[in-house]
Amino acid sequence: MKIKLQKKHSSIEYNRWGYFFIAPFFIIYLVFSLIPLFSTIANSFFETYRVGLMQIGPKFVFFKNYTEVLTNSELPKYAENTLIMWLLGFIPQILISLLLSIWFTDTELRLRCRSFFKTVIYMPNLIMASAFAMLFFVLFSDSGPVNNIALMTGKIAEPIRFLFRTDTVRLLVAAMNFLMWYGNTTLLLMSGIMGIDQSIFEAARIDGASPLQIFIRITLPQLLPILVYVMITSLIGGIQMFDVPQILTNGTGQPNRTTMTLIMYLNNHLFSRNYGLGGAVSVLIFILTAALSGIVYSSTLKESKKSDGGKK
Amino acid sequence: MKSFNGILAIRRTVIYAILVTLMFISVCPFVILIINSTHLHAQILTGFSLMPGRYFIYNLKNLLGNPNLPVLRALLNSILVSFGNAFLATYFSAMTAYGIHMYQFKGRKSAFKFIMAVMMVPSQVTALGFVQLMEHMHLNDTLIPLIVPAIASPVVFFYIFQYMKATLPKSIVEASRVDGCNEFITFNVIVLPMIKPAIAVQAIFAFVNSWNNYFLPVLIVSSKNKKTIPILIAQLRDADYMKFDLAQVYMLVCIAIIPLLIAYLFLSHHIISGVTLGGVKE
Repeated sequence: MKIKLQKKHSSIEYNRWGYFFIAPFFIIYLVFSLIPLFSTIANSFFETYRVGLMQIGPKFVFFKNYTEVLTNSELPKYAENTLIMWLLGFIPQILISLLLSIWFTDTELRLRCRSFFKTVIYMPNLIMASAFAMLFFVLFSDSGPVNNIALMTGKIAEPIRFLFRTDTVRLLVAAMNFLMWYGNTTLLLMSGIMGIDQSIFEAARIDGASPLQIFIRITLPQLLPILVYVMITSLIGGIQMFDVPQILTNGTGQPNRTTMTLIMYLNNHLFSRNYGLGGAVSVLIFILTAALSGIVYSSTLKESKKSDGGKK
Repeated sequence: MKSFNGILAIRRTVIYAILVTLMFISVCPFVILIINSTHLHAQILTGFSLMPGRYFIYNLKNLLGNPNLPVLRALLNSILVSFGNAFLATYFSAMTAYGIHMYQFKGRKSAFKFIMAVMMVPSQVTALGFVQLMEHMHLNDTLIPLIVPAIASPVVFFYIFQYMKATLPKSIVEASRVDGCNEFITFNVIVLPMIKPAIAVQAIFAFVNSWNNYFLPVLIVSSKNKKTIPILIAQLRDADYMKFDLAQVYMLVCIAIIPLLIAYLFLSHHIISGVTLGGVKE
């Protein structure tokens, strides 16, 4: 009895070490993320900006920054730009990733060089987005290699001004996002498919189901939670779209700010030190991502509860 | 049965054709990049040629000698910041994961829930307060704000935590306690080597993310000798296009991308298995 008590006592002593191990994380998070988050929120209720060298404010204005941003700025337009460019990249991305992940995991097809293909399609994910955008800027400029090759082969009579047309700039941004992310999405979907019980596929095949039937009746329903996860995390990433359009259009969102994204707009306020409006934009983006992550958490939570229930 | 095999063969051929096309699209921009970095500015202007030129070293020397672009200094800064991030993010995330995994202290569950909740907060939404705070602390225009916050990396924590849950038996730590080992020494000497694979994967990701980061550094850093590579790229984009030396542009993009790609080709096996392990958060 005495020994037992002592043992319990000493394990409590040990457990205090937990605080020591987690302290650095929480201290640094508090200082470098939590305090900035709260001061960003606080800033959104004050009028603070600069005119030349003159500092205006801070003056408490309550929700004025929010009404200003939502009704009197081009924020809705930038949200629309962001959404369009995200969709243009995401739709082909999810379709091609789905196909690739099914082919790579198909035991009947037995494709060769799978790991080589995986290595190559994942590669663009590691590339510096700003450098990639700079590369596309020179490749697609009026006298760049793409126009050059098209002219030489006689496909076009005069150079296409890729960087001065809304549709082409948006497509270029979407294409870069597609190239950078389809490999990553393929790998995620593959791990999802490999998590499905393989005997279901074999049973379906023995029953004479075609690949298309197997896909619609088995793979897709089983894969749905991961598809939702991929879609929402990609949307959260899409809301944060910045480096690629910023460098490609040099921060102008040319032509006529039709490729300006939410974060590019925020970045403009941060640079011009309009902390009131910048704060309001930050808080709105924060609420948007928080709501979306809420959906991810509740759906994965539901999923894990379901699987727990199955085991019992 | 034969027609069945025939269909399979056709499907295979079509799939290979699609894969090769995708591969071509993925690789093409980088092939043009490397080829053009070996040509002179005037050659690039006259038209694209598939043949690599002989001016790679010449262009490299030109770029490094460019007085407006402190490329070597930026490379040094980028390497410093990225290694700092990789080291701090993995070491302290392992510490945090160990603390929550191994000890039953009060508030353990809420600590875990807190980290999970903040995992998705984008760094852009706190950037305003962050920049202000760094000005108050007189840390703006230093590299410290780009390195130290890595100590609190929720995503790295989550990955290492999952790994520990699957691989680190509590009995091993208890054995070292019996041997009279201090808890912190146990962590450093016994636990860290056991979770090396997870640390390696996350160190690579932390390094890459930091290397590629543009949004925050450009808000923090202003003086010439503190700039990182992405800032130089933006600076070059901002310059007058008519005055571009295209050979130098391609070369700078090469410096930003190619070393990482070469490292990737050696480590791709670890990276790809790492993506699938950490990707699905359950």
